Amino acid sequence: MYKSKKETFLFTFPGLLLMGIFVYFPLFLSFFYSFFKWSAFSTTKTFVGFAYYKRLFTDPLILAALKNNVAYAFWSVLCQCGIGLVLAAVLEYGRMRKYETFFRTTFFVPSIISMTVIGLLWYFAYNPKIGIVNPLLKAIGLGKYAADWLGSSKTAMGAVIFVSQWQNIGYIMLLFIVAIQKIDDSIFESALIDGANGVQNFFHIVVPLVKDTILVTTVITIIGAFRVFSEVYVMTGGGPGHTTETLATYMYRAGFRNDEMGYSCAIATLIFVILLVLTMLQMKGSGNLESVRQMKKESE
Amino acid sequence: MKSHRKKFSLFEFIMLIILSVYAITVLYPLFWMVIGGFKTNKEIFGNTWALPSSWSLQNYKDAWRIGVGTYFMNSVIVTLTATVFTVLLAAMIAFVLARYRYRLKSATFIFVLGGMMLSPEVCLISLYKLLQQIHLYNTRWALIIPYTAFRIPISVFLMWAYFKELPIEVEESAYMDGCSTFGVFWRMVLPMSKPVVATTALLAAINFWNEFMFGLVFIESSELKTIPLGMMNLKGQLATNWAVMLSGLTISALPMIIVYIIFQKQLVRGMMVGSVKG
Repeated sequence: MYKSKKETFLFTFPGLLLMGIFVYFPLFLSFFYSFFKWSAFSTTKTFVGFAYYKRLFTDPLILAALKNNVAYAFWSVLCQCGIGLVLAAVLEYGRMRKYETFFRTTFFVPSIISMTVIGLLWYFAYNPKIGIVNPLLKAIGLGKYAADWLGSSKTAMGAVIFVSQWQNIGYIMLLFIVAIQKIDDSIFESALIDGANGVQNFFHIVVPLVKDTILVTTVITIIGAFRVFSEVYVMTGGGPGHTTETLATYMYRAGFRNDEMGYSCAIATLIFVILLVLTMLQMKGSGNLESVRQMKKESE
Repeated sequence: MKSHRKKFSLFEFIMLIILSVYAITVLYPLFWMVIGGFKTNKEIFGNTWALPSSWSLQNYKDAWRIGVGTYFMNSVIVTLTATVFTVLLAAMIAFVLARYRYRLKSATFIFVLGGMMLSPEVCLISLYKLLQQIHLYNTRWALIIPYTAFRIPISVFLMWAYFKELPIEVEESAYMDGCSTFGVFWRMVLPMSKPVVATTALLAAINFWNEFMFGLVFIESSELKTIPLGMMNLKGQLATNWAVMLSGLTISALPMIIVYIIFQKQLVRGMMVGSVKG
C-alpha cells in the first residue's frame, strides 16, 4: 500500500506541471528578459547585458520607491503588530472577553474585502468635495488640518499607508488572539494571586509567550509592505509626481506605461531578491524546514 | 485571563470606549458606502452625515445594469473554476505527501514550498508575455490557470497538515475490499477531510475574488473583466456619478462579507495554519 511509483507520479504531476509552467518558468523567463531591451508589441529583442541592473542603482525613482516601501513596512509593523497585539490582549483579558465576539468580528471585516474596493472607497472618502475625512476633522474641531489627502504630495503616502493599516490590523489581531488563547489559563491565575495587574500581565506573560507569533506576523507584514501594488494603483496611481510610487507600481509603470519591458523585469528581480530573503525568515520561523528534514529521514 | 472580581471597573470602561471608537472607525466608512448607494448625487454632495431621503434601490439597479452585473458573473465563473482546480490538484499532491514514501518526496515538498516563496508580482511581465504566446491572453483561462498555479502551494500545506493526521486503518480495510487508490482518495480521504477542504476552498475563493494585479494585466476586454477591474473601469466611466459608484462597491464587497459571516470558524482555522494572508 502507498508504494506505487506510478501513482505518486499520476497524483502529483498535474499540479506540479502547472506550477512549473506558470510559477517557476516565468521566474526564469523574467530574469532572462531583464538582459534585453524589448517592448510589448515588438518581436525583436536587443541584448543589453547588465545595463538595466546598473540603472537600478542610479535611478532616483527606485530609491524613492524603496523608501516608500520601507515607510510602509515601518508603519505596518508598528500598527498591525503593535496595535494588533494590544487589541488582542485587551479582548482576551478577563472580563473583556464577553465583548470579544463583537469586536473581533467587526475589526476583521475590512480584511475580507478586496483591496480594490477598499481603495476606491477611501479614494471617495478622502475626496475634498464628497468625502467624509475632512467633514469629520471639522466636526471634532481639527478643521484646519483638512486637506486634499491623495492629491497633495505631502499627505498622499501617509493617506495610502493609513488605508492599509485600517484594512489589516484586524487580521493580525486575529492571529494574536489565537496565539493568546493557547496560553494556559493557570499561568494567568497564579499571576493574579501574586497581584499582577493587566499591564504587568501583558509585558511579563503575553509578550514572552507569543514571541513566535510576533516574529511571524512581523515578517508577514514586512513582506506585504514590499508587495504593495493595488492600493497605490487604485488610490493614486503612484502620484502625485511619483511621491507614492512603490517598487511594484514602478515595475508596472516601467513595463506598461514606459514600454521598457526589460527594465521592468530587472525591477522584478530586485523585488524577488528582497522577498526571497524575507520569506526564508518566515519559513525558518514557521517550522516548514523541519518538515523537509523529517521527510528526508523518512524516505531514506 | 481572569481579573479581580470588582464590579464594572474603570479599566473596563476606558477599554470599552477605546474599542468602540476603533469599531466606529472601521464600520463608519463601510456604512457610508452602503448608505451612499441609496442617496442621490446631490445628497452625497450636500450633507455628509444625513441619511438618504428615500430608500430607492435605483442606484444599485443602475450599477448592476451598466456593468457590475457582467463583472460579477465573470468573477463568479473565474473564482469557482479556479477554486475547483486548486482544491483538486492540491489535494492530490497533499495526499501523496501525507501517505507515500518515495525517493523524490522531499524534492516534491521543496518544489511546492518554493512555490510559496515566489510572489505573483515577480512573474507579472513574463507571464503576460507567456500568456500571449500560448494564446490565452485576454481569455478567462489567463486568470484561472495562473490563479490555480499560484494557489496550489499554500493549499497543499493546509491539506497535507490535515491528511497526515487521518487514521490510516480505514484506508487499509478499503484496499482489502479491492478499492483503487483513486477510489480511496475520492471516496474516503476527501469526504473525511471536509473541514479542511472547505477551509482551503474558502481561502482560495476569497483570494481569487479579490485579485487585482493579474486581472489588470492579463485581461483587456471589458466584457471579461472581473469585479475589481470592472470597478476601476467604472471609476473612469462614471467620473462624478458617485452614488452609482458607491452602490457598485457595495455589491462587490457584499459576497465576501456574507461568506465571512457564515464561515467565520473555518476561515479563522485556515488562517492560523497558513499564517499567510488569504
